[in-house]
Amino acid sequence: MQKGYFGKFGGMFVPELLMPPLLEIEEAMNTIVPSESFQAEFNSILMDYVGRPSALYRCPNLSERLGFNLWLKREDLNHTGAHKINNALGQGLLCKHMGKSVLLAETGAGMHGVATATAAAMLGLECVVYMGATDVVRQSHNVRRMGLLGATVVPIESGTKTLKDAINAALRRWIADQRTTHYCFGTAAGPHPFPTLVREFQSVISREAKAQFMKKIGRLPDYVVACVGGGSNAIGAFHEFVPHSEVKLVGVEAAGTGEPGCHHSAPLNLGTPGVLHGAMSMLLQTTEGQIEPSHSIAPGLDYPGVGPEHAGLQDSGRAHYGTINDAQAYNAFMTLCRSEGILPAMESSHAVAWVLENAASIPKDSHVMVCLSGRGDKDMDIIEEYEKKFRK
Amino acid sequence: MSILTERIRTANASGRKAVIPYLPGGFPDSDRFWDELAALDAGGADIIEIGVPFSDPVADGPVVEQASLDCLERGVCLAWILSELAKRKGSFKAGLVLMGYYNPFLQYGLEKLGRDCAAAGVSGLIIPDLPLEETGPAAKALEGTGTNLICLVGLNTPKERLEQYAKVAKGFVYFVSVLGTTGVRESLPEEVLAKLAEVRPYFTVPIALGFGIARPEQVAPFGDLIDAVVIGSALIRHIDAHKSAASFMEGWRAGGK
Repeated sequence: MQKGYFGKFGGMFVPELLMPPLLEIEEAMNTIVPSESFQAEFNSILMDYVGRPSALYRCPNLSERLGFNLWLKREDLNHTGAHKINNALGQGLLCKHMGKSVLLAETGAGMHGVATATAAAMLGLECVVYMGATDVVRQSHNVRRMGLLGATVVPIESGTKTLKDAINAALRRWIADQRTTHYCFGTAAGPHPFPTLVREFQSVISREAKAQFMKKIGRLPDYVVACVGGGSNAIGAFHEFVPHSEVKLVGVEAAGTGEPGCHHSAPLNLGTPGVLHGAMSMLLQTTEGQIEPSHSIAPGLDYPGVGPEHAGLQDSGRAHYGTINDAQAYNAFMTLCRSEGILPAMESSHAVAWVLENAASIPKDSHVMVCLSGRGDKDMDIIEEYEKKFRK
Repeated sequence: MSILTERIRTANASGRKAVIPYLPGGFPDSDRFWDELAALDAGGADIIEIGVPFSDPVADGPVVEQASLDCLERGVCLAWILSELAKRKGSFKAGLVLMGYYNPFLQYGLEKLGRDCAAAGVSGLIIPDLPLEETGPAAKALEGTGTNLICLVGLNTPKERLEQYAKVAKGFVYFVSVLGTTGVRESLPEEVLAKLAEVRPYFTVPIALGFGIARPEQVAPFGDLIDAVVIGSALIRHIDAHKSAASFMEGWRAGGK
């Protein structure tokens, strides 16, 4: 009966009314996704439309300075500018194969919303995106992009008016529209089977990276480092390396401003086990079980929960989870811009920052892969605001 | 027999549906809540559902969500509800049920929850985000305490799941009338009647109909397919409009005969 658990984390904590559509997706995941025809169609879309495989790039200047090899898995070069498109197209294609006509998505920063709107336009599906009213204002550029792609964006005015409330509202909408609608969950969190389904579509990252490393250096990397909000780029970057215990897996959570008592987005480091959005995982919550607000300079990491598989990997000791604060992420952002001519997303900057901050403890000549999950063009306003506040 | 089953059967024996009003704990404020609860009891409620507030209530519509968030602002929590109920144990004719999301119960501690529900005279728990697959730990903690875990089923629950729920159902079964969240609807979907006719034979415990119900006349068409009716958002709106639980119950005293 215990479906979709990673150790003691995961499960299906949803209203009974959502069990039939979730079990339908589970069935489709187990039968349609592995089929030859689905895989052929999906791989061809990834290659010709997304532009995969994404490059595995060794940063020449930073590698020299750090004394070890810093490799970037360039998900920022994907169509729409982030890893999110891998999952959106996978689920969009699955939605079509399941005979449903509408893709429903939640979005925080808007990247998953844009990816889903893109997949819907490309696959001929209708698209509805739920977004917290606060996020609609602070990510207006992405709201316009979704509109241009033909999606309907629904601002959510309830609760904290951010990602977690958008997920609540999308789950409610899905209860009502489940017969025609597939809920294209954006990260490797939520109820089973989403953590497994999203990992399935994102693990293309580590599948490619593994082959690329074998070709370039004849062995696997020593470290794989990725930022963790919900945790989809990280689980995708980790998955193929999990059985190889010599590869250290490092997830990086957002510590917010880093000041004591301030909001952050680091449930694996500073949270406690609990149930939110359909899964048992690590959570930011009060002792009474109410969900607490989160904060990060990176909107894509700004979430009080985390995918259950990460909680499982932490619990088993297979992966290590560190934290990086807003200032360290900003510093890494600038370093990558100036040293390598690559403008990373603020989310991915957290992963880069972990490497910079921990460089002293990384052995010389190591091979370190950072999953550069997205590009930073979307973050111009955030950077400008941060500089006005702290870098006069 | 479970106290909850007994309350519903007693109402049925007098020729009416049992009435189960839902009131969020601490609503409309921490003092008046206890007066309204007493008024519901005196007004003939057979079972009273007390809402335990949660920050992220996914099965609820806007009326219940707002009431729940307001209660949280006021500091209402499960521990307060249980300890205040324990002080008043034995003063309610109606059976008492707590309705709340899993996480606050989990953080309270399931073993302690089982003990404190018994001490507070709570006979059932409705946990809308706890489907069959996840009931294990809560069911184990409630074993032998006299507090039932209430099953929810709906329009899209397939036969295999109905069979599984039938094996564990105690107290009553909560039938969700719409594919949607809590909140008043002008009319219930026509497929409800057909689904209830399909569901009925699976269960020996009574069936309560909930979600979307505002007025007694909405209940009449269901005839013998249901035994009880749950009213939530309509009661909240009634009290929000500065009317009393007592006057609300007057409308339901006939109980949708």
